[in-house]
Amino acid sequence: MIDRAEVWVFWVFAVPLIMASAGVVVARNPVNSAMSLVAAFFFLAGIYVLLTAHLLAFLQVLVYAGAIMVLFLFVIMLLTTGDQDFERTRLKVMQVAGAFGAAGVVAVVVLAVNRLGPMPMSAVPSNFGTVKAVGRLLYTQYLLPFEATSLLLLVAIVGAVVVAKQRI
Amino acid sequence: MDANQYIALAAFLFGIGLVGVVVKRNMLVVFMCIELMLNAANLTFLAFARRAGNMNGHAIAFFVIAVAAAEAAVGLAIVIAVFRTRGTLNVDEVASLRN
Repeated sequence: MIDRAEVWVFWVFAVPLIMASAGVVVARNPVNSAMSLVAAFFFLAGIYVLLTAHLLAFLQVLVYAGAIMVLFLFVIMLLTTGDQDFERTRLKVMQVAGAFGAAGVVAVVVLAVNRLGPMPMSAVPSNFGTVKAVGRLLYTQYLLPFEATSLLLLVAIVGAVVVAKQRI
Repeated sequence: MDANQYIALAAFLFGIGLVGVVVKRNMLVVFMCIELMLNAANLTFLAFARRAGNMNGHAIAFFVIAVAAAEAAVGLAIVIAVFRTRGTLNVDEVASLRN
């Protein structure tokens, strides 16, 4: 019973997720692409909750759908001038070949996953994926990478300012 | 429910992102498609973490999100710098490194 409900919820999130991510590629206006991407991130957060990754689902909405997409929209707003036309450009042969190659990659992965046979989920404790459990992991086993991440973000901030500013 | 569906979904997501990177000419949309591919990788990590009952995948996914944030900040700064010097967002017209 619970298993059938899980399958239903999976499809409820998976189908709009695929449609929204296809919208990112299909849309001609970058703003439409960005809004499709926000929708895709929300549906992906639902999938994360289904995988009992609650902390990551929160972070997905806060960091991706919140911070990163606002950054994208700001840059679109800065760089897109009003008189730009979003006409359909002709696809080159290389692009079509690349698209077919990507479809081939997907086909190979999906077939390989099918050949593996069913991979049943294991039973997990009730605190799996909660803030407390993942936080404890981050501050014990992954303490050094966690601190290195703070340095990475600092370097990214300084680098972004240096690259984007005309005169420092 | 098996992990297979999640892995297949991640593969589709990655493929859509890859098609976008190859086909789209707007630099910003190419960046968005890269974010899509990073998310597909995250979904794979979380699906296998759930399957193994092991939270290490969650920690890795956390770091992937942090790196994606840093990448977006620096990448968008580069886009702004390129737009300022070249006046275009088309990746085909920014090919001076090729020569």
